[in-house]
Amino acid sequence: MHFVVPFDEYRPELRPQVGGKNASLGEMTAAGLPVPPGFAITTTAFTAHFGDPDLSRDLKALLTEADPGRPETVEPVSQAVRARVEAAPLNAELTAALSAAYDRLCERCQADDIAVAVRSSATCEDAPDASFAGEHDSFLWIRGAADITHHVVRCWSSLWTARAICYRATTGYAGAAVAMSVGVQKMVRPIASGVAFTLNPSNGDRSQVAIDANWGLGEPVVSGEVTPDHYLVDKVLYEITERRVSHKTVELRVEGDGIRRVELDGDRAHGPCLSDEEITAVARLARQAERHYGCPQDIEWALDSELVSPENVVLLQSRPETVWSSRARPPVATSTNVMDSIVSTLCAPIYTRAQPAT
Amino acid sequence: MSDRFPSPFEIETPPGAEGWEELYPYYMVFSADRREYEDSMFWFQDGIHWPAALTPWDATFFEYALAALSQYNTRHYLIPPALGVDARILNGYAYLSPVGVADPAEIEARVPHFLERAGYYFGNWDRLYAQWMEKMRVLIGEMEAVSFDPLPEKEEIEVVTEGHGTGSGLTLISSYHRLIDLALKLWQYHFEFLNLGYAAYLDYFGFCKQAFPNIPDLSIAKMVAGVEVDLFRPDEELKGLARAAVELGVDKAFNLAGDAEAVLAELRGSPAGQQWLERFESVKHPWFNFSSGSGFYHTDRIWIEHLSIPFGFIGNYVAKLNAGESIDRPVEEVRAERERIVAEYRELLGSDEDRAAFAGKLGLARTVFPYVENHNFYVEHWSHSVLWRKMRDLGRVLAKEGFLADADDVFFLKRNEIPDAIYDSYIAWAVGVGPRGTAYWPREIERRKGILGALAQWSPPKALGKPPEVVTEPFTIMLWGITSESVTAWLGGGTGESGGLSGFAASPGVAEGPARVIFSAEQIGEIEQGDILVAPLTAPSWAPIFGKIGATVTDIGGMMSHAAIVCREYGLPAVTGTAFGTRQIKTGQRIRVDGSAGTVTVLEG
Repeated sequence: MHFVVPFDEYRPELRPQVGGKNASLGEMTAAGLPVPPGFAITTTAFTAHFGDPDLSRDLKALLTEADPGRPETVEPVSQAVRARVEAAPLNAELTAALSAAYDRLCERCQADDIAVAVRSSATCEDAPDASFAGEHDSFLWIRGAADITHHVVRCWSSLWTARAICYRATTGYAGAAVAMSVGVQKMVRPIASGVAFTLNPSNGDRSQVAIDANWGLGEPVVSGEVTPDHYLVDKVLYEITERRVSHKTVELRVEGDGIRRVELDGDRAHGPCLSDEEITAVARLARQAERHYGCPQDIEWALDSELVSPENVVLLQSRPETVWSSRARPPVATSTNVMDSIVSTLCAPIYTRAQPAT
Repeated sequence: MSDRFPSPFEIETPPGAEGWEELYPYYMVFSADRREYEDSMFWFQDGIHWPAALTPWDATFFEYALAALSQYNTRHYLIPPALGVDARILNGYAYLSPVGVADPAEIEARVPHFLERAGYYFGNWDRLYAQWMEKMRVLIGEMEAVSFDPLPEKEEIEVVTEGHGTGSGLTLISSYHRLIDLALKLWQYHFEFLNLGYAAYLDYFGFCKQAFPNIPDLSIAKMVAGVEVDLFRPDEELKGLARAAVELGVDKAFNLAGDAEAVLAELRGSPAGQQWLERFESVKHPWFNFSSGSGFYHTDRIWIEHLSIPFGFIGNYVAKLNAGESIDRPVEEVRAERERIVAEYRELLGSDEDRAAFAGKLGLARTVFPYVENHNFYVEHWSHSVLWRKMRDLGRVLAKEGFLADADDVFFLKRNEIPDAIYDSYIAWAVGVGPRGTAYWPREIERRKGILGALAQWSPPKALGKPPEVVTEPFTIMLWGITSESVTAWLGGGTGESGGLSGFAASPGVAEGPARVIFSAEQIGEIEQGDILVAPLTAPSWAPIFGKIGATVTDIGGMMSHAAIVCREYGLPAVTGTAFGTRQIKTGQRIRVDGSAGTVTVLEG
């Protein structure tokens, strides 16, 4: 029985134990899509923890106090239950497994106490809605095994928010065994990040990956607050076919465990934020996502300063591209007769000269 | 920035070159007689084939090549929008002007003829190409059979007893006429397939660009490039000979490679060396009939006549083998990579109809491409080697008569002056008196050498006359890399905002290193490991140095120029057609070559 499953050791049969979100991260890792590394705390760990007879008995007793018909009775019960959950000591085996997984993560990032995000991962995906499992808390910038452990338990305890208690009672799931998996994933500390499309959005060319990039976090790229550096990369040869380095005015920089907005000037404003190798690495990442999902993708990526090349280009999100993908592609072949086609070509040849960056 | 290039009529004669027009046929120079037409046209200097001033006889191949190219466009296949490419010589340099069909009705009228004629060639390509190969072999045999012998003191007795009724003077003149007729025939053969090959390639190219507007030109070229190509055979043979030298234990002989005679003497001295020489003899014909230049100049050195060149290259390969490096070409990997590229682009197309059209066009491009890649070896290298050799034989005859100081001086006579010189010698021989040529030609040749010396110092403008609104002539684009953009760049002087150079992204990759500016094959020995070669152009026979250099920058060349094909073949980052590379870059400067973006940056120095 696994208490902890690193994303890169995920197997499909573990899905019920790690929940949808963690399973998805595990699948992407297995497909060679480098999401930020991390691990899942399984439902097995949850069950073992709540299998403690004292805890189990106390919770049952406390919960009898709540009457979903009278909401004012639920909130105090919720607070008492959550306090009890968070006060319970974790079993030693889980503590050790979590600690070992975190050490490995730190080792991989070549750091002592790498910051992570701790998030719940729903396991009842066929439930009518996700509220079944409580309000899914996310905790960012958590460091050290002890603090992570604490926040894993806080995720667990979110199963007993007042709203979740009421929800389960009124939908008839009150008696169902609840369980939750928790994901622990490295926080990205990006040198640069941005978006990429697996086609050229300006002309629909499917042979290209278009990349927009800025220093720091990707939000200003997504929101359009900065004019990002723009690149086109051929998917087959991984040649950079177009490059446009922009005047980048602002960066959202991760400093300590916070984010600071920095106005840019000098080389940082005018110089490229990615090297050629990094550009092609982002393009390969986008192409992998496209191959994995089988249709053009629109991805968010980051170049993480705490990972070692070539693992430092990470995928944050991938979703289907919608604009060009929803249009019919006009046929290229105008004639089935090759001689007619040659005559047209001779009368209007296309320039062979490489197009300059515009 | 000017909106036009200088008129050919504004170009001044360099000091000391007065009278240069007399070195070329009257129809090859700009003249008041055709001024209105000549001033209305756009002319570009063809530095790919003729980067240096032409001696009078060397202008022959220039004339023949352009006549043959043009006749196929205009008269054989009736390429709908394109007539021929007009040619002129200005201050000794070759200028070209593509001529289009202006009248749309005329273009329309040419279409059915083109369909019938070109269609026939495309439909029967393999058979006709096999026939071409055979014709070439016969032609080269005919050229080899031409001989030039000095006029005898008295005719052989058989001339009398067999009743020939003709003498050696006629034979000498006839042999020359035969040689130049064979040369013209050679150039007709050269263009029998080439224009159509480019047309099919352009059609495939256009399809790729339309399907994938941002596809690198390199991808398009890689999908059709042959894996085993005759143009690269000479280099493969050098490698084979290097391996044989190591296997036979005679590799030390190549330490003497600077002195070909010493290498040969060393090899003759041992049975293993003799075995190696047998192998060498078996491959040198035809593969070492290989010019170290474009093949268009009598001064281009041919391997078979300058064994120190191939021996030097063999020595380099021997050194690599002895250092444990591989010199093998990964043929299977190259083939597999080519198929991977094709498969991926095919998959990215939008429909099965497009995939079928792509397969058809790629198939035709691959059918025609072996000719595009290989003809250069058979014509400019092998056949020209024979022709230069034969002309030197004639030069020796004329030198013996005292007409020339040296056999090579024969190239300072115009093609059509040579029958006169032979006749001068013949009639004096017939009469039994002295010819005028012994006084006339040495003096005249000295004068011409002075003129050519002055022309060699002169830098020809890239272009003359009125820039075209838009360049559409397909062969001008494909072969010479002349496009509306390059013309605009020339008008602007070639420098971008960054002070860098730009050209064709001919072969991918980025390299930095010290520049080595090389103007001719004779300077190849100056190149050191890691240098970035900067040259007006490179010849296929420079391939063996590609293991030494980091990248190549050339002044001239399109995507299909020989230099571009070779650079891609050898996986060397290259930017071609920068126009000003050799003028702006100095030997020793650190430069950065981006063969993917087509840019060259001077970093320091």
